[in-house]
Amino acid sequence: MKREHFRVLVYDLSAAGGQFVELDGRDQVAGGSGLAALLYMKYGHPDKPWHHEEQPLIFAIGPLTGLFPLMSKTVCAFRSSYHNEYTESHGGGRMAMALQFCNLDGLVIVGKARRLSCLTIGARELELKDVQFMSGMNADNTGKLLRRMHGKASGHRSILRIGPSGEIGSAMACINVDTYRHFGRMGGGASMGAKNLKGIVISGEGELELTAGKEYQKVFKEVYTQVTSTDMLRKYHNLGTAANLQTLNDIEALPWHNLQRTTHPEIGRVTGTAFADDTLLRNGACAGCPVGCIHIGYIRERAKVDNRYHYHQVAYDYEPIFAAGTMLGVTDTFGVLRILDEIEKVSLDAMSAGVALAWATEATERGLVSAKETLVPLAFGDVAGYQQAAVHLGRGSNEFYRLLGQGTLKAAKKYGGEEFGCVLGQEMAGYATGELFFAAQTLGFRHSHLDTGAYSYEQKHTEKDLQTSLDFLLKDEPGRAFLTSMVSCLFARSIYTDQQLQECLASVGYQTLAGSIEETAEYVRGLRWKVRSDTGFAPENFTVPKRFYAVKTWKGAVDGAYLDQIKSEYGKRIVELIASFQLKE
Amino acid sequence: MKLLTTPRLDQCIGCHSCSLACARLVHRRLSWATAGIRIKSSGGLSTGFLAIRCLACEPAPCVAACPTGAFQQRKGGGVVVRKKLCIRCGKCVPACPVNAIYKNDLGEVFVCIHCGRCVEYCPQNCLEMREASEIEEVLL
Repeated sequence: MKREHFRVLVYDLSAAGGQFVELDGRDQVAGGSGLAALLYMKYGHPDKPWHHEEQPLIFAIGPLTGLFPLMSKTVCAFRSSYHNEYTESHGGGRMAMALQFCNLDGLVIVGKARRLSCLTIGARELELKDVQFMSGMNADNTGKLLRRMHGKASGHRSILRIGPSGEIGSAMACINVDTYRHFGRMGGGASMGAKNLKGIVISGEGELELTAGKEYQKVFKEVYTQVTSTDMLRKYHNLGTAANLQTLNDIEALPWHNLQRTTHPEIGRVTGTAFADDTLLRNGACAGCPVGCIHIGYIRERAKVDNRYHYHQVAYDYEPIFAAGTMLGVTDTFGVLRILDEIEKVSLDAMSAGVALAWATEATERGLVSAKETLVPLAFGDVAGYQQAAVHLGRGSNEFYRLLGQGTLKAAKKYGGEEFGCVLGQEMAGYATGELFFAAQTLGFRHSHLDTGAYSYEQKHTEKDLQTSLDFLLKDEPGRAFLTSMVSCLFARSIYTDQQLQECLASVGYQTLAGSIEETAEYVRGLRWKVRSDTGFAPENFTVPKRFYAVKTWKGAVDGAYLDQIKSEYGKRIVELIASFQLKE
Repeated sequence: MKLLTTPRLDQCIGCHSCSLACARLVHRRLSWATAGIRIKSSGGLSTGFLAIRCLACEPAPCVAACPTGAFQQRKGGGVVVRKKLCIRCGKCVPACPVNAIYKNDLGEVFVCIHCGRCVEYCPQNCLEMREASEIEEVLL
C-alpha cells in the first residue's frame, strides 16, 4: 500500500459533520510532524488565540506507520494553551494503527461542539455523540464508559479522552490515549476541552492491500530481527526507562526536592529495580511495537472494613517517577504510584504536575503560600498531601490551583518564587545534566528533552565548547524531525538510521522520499519553526529561572555565563533558521 | 500434524505482531484484523490479552457448514482453505464455536491454517507449533 496523497478527515464539530480531503505534499513533508505543520498552515489561525473554536486540533501518522516495527506513534499538533504558540505532542497506544486502518494520514478537528461530546471514527462510521453526562468525569471512568458505549472492535480501537483538567482549560491537561499512553505535554487536553470534546474513539477494522513485494518482506525481517534479537532496545522492555533513575542520580543530574539537589542517598528506594521488584504487574506495548516498554505497576488500597482490598494499575516510566517521586521527595514506590494514579485520573501531564507541586512545596516552606492557597499542607515526602493536591490542581479547586495549572511561573509571578520555578519553556524534564540541556529544553521546538539529544550529549561530554555544542543541537534536530514524520517512536532512533529509513521507504514504494531524506528532514524542521514563528515564537519569550544557575552536577557548578551564552546563541540560530526558510509551493 | 498453540499468552504485551505477520505473509495485506490470529484485550477481572484463533476442531463444524468445499477438514484438526471455491456466503462464521473466523467487509473469511508463520514474530515467545498428539490441554 502507498498513499501518494495525504488522505485527511476534516471534522467540524460545530456542524457535526466531516469531509475527506486529499492533499499534495508527500514528497515535501513526508507525514507526521511535517504533515501536521502543513495542516496547521492550511487550517490554523495565527491571528486567533489557542482556544478559539476555529483553531484545529491535528493528528497525523506517517508513511511507514504499521508497516515496520516501532512506527507506532501519532503526532498531535495544536496551538498550545501553555504558551499560545504552535506545538506538537507525541503519543503511542493504538491510535496510529487505528488511523492507518481507517485509511487516514491525518485527522483535523475544527469547530466546537454545542455540548460535551465524543467523536467516533471508523472505516464505516463517523458520528458525534452527546456525552454531557460525562462532565467532570475522571479519565479512568470516562474510558470505562466509552468502552461500554462503543462495544465493537475491542483490541482494535483507540480511545482518547480528557479528564476534568482538560474541561477547565488547564495548560497542564493531557490527552489520555488507551489508558497507559498520553499526548502529555503542552496542554493538548485543554484544546480538546475548548472544543467540548471529551473523547475520540477510532475503530481501525479496515485493511490495506499490500502491494509491496519480496523486498519489503526482507527489509521488514531485518528490522524486526534488529529490534528483537539484539540488545539495542533491551533496556526499554527490561527495567524500562526507570533504569535511568540510578544512572542520573549517580552522576548528580537527577532533580530532587524541586531541584534543590541532584543526588540523594535514598535513591535505592525508587530505582527501576525497586519499582520492578515492588510494584511491576506486567508489560504492555503500543500496537505495532514488539519492544513492550510500557511498565504497569499496581497499588492496593485497604477498604475501611475487615480485610477488604481493591487494586488499581498504574503505568510508570522514568519521567513520571522523577516528577511524582524524587522532585517531591517521595521515596516510596507505592507512594509514587498513588500520586501518579490521582494525576492520571484528573488527566494532567505527570511531569508538569509534579514540577508544579514541587514549586508549591518550596513556596510553602518559604512562607510565600500557605494552606489557605494550597488547601492541604504541602511537605516534601508527604504522599497523602500530594494525592489531594493533584486532584485540586486537576480540578482547579481555587484560584491558586487554577493559576498554577496555567504554568508554574504564572503562579510564581503572583505569589513570588519565580527564581525557583523549575521551568525550561515548560516544566522541566528530569535531566539536570547542565548548561546545554537547560538551554536546549528552554528553546526546543516542543520544550521536550527529545527535541535534541542534549541531555544525552551532555552526559558524555564535559568540555565547554560553545560552537561544537551549538552545532550538535542544530545538526541533531532534523533527523529527529524526519523520524517523527515517519512517525517512529524515538526509542528506535538507533535502528532507524538514514540508510535504514531509505531501505524501508523504498521497499514500500516511496522512492522519492527515500532519495531525499536529508533534504526533507531539513525542510520539515524549517516548516515547523516557521509555523511556530507565525504564532508568536521569539527566543526572548523564554527565560531560565535562577534555580538552574545554582545546580551542581558531577561536572561541578553550572557556569551561568556559559548557560546564558548557549541560550543566546541557540536562540539566534533558530531565528536565522526561520528567516532563511523557503516555503515550497 | 502440527497445530498453532498459545501456551504462554500470559506474556502477551498486545503488540499485534502475530496478526500483522499473518496478514502480511499469508494474506498479503496490512491489517490486524484479516488474520488467522487476532489479539483482543480481555479487560474485566482478568486483564491482559486474548488470542482469537482456530482451536483445531475435528471434525470442524465450519467444514460442515461450508456448502462449496472451500473449507475442508485438516488432518489432525482445523481446516484447509481453498479460497477459489469460497462464494463468501459466510456460513462458516457462526458455525465456529469460538468466533475464530473473521469476515471482512467484502465477505472474505479469514481463519488460522496452522501454518505457523506468525510464531517467529511473537517477541514474547507466546506462540508455538506443537504436534496435535502432544497437546495435553488447550491453553488460551
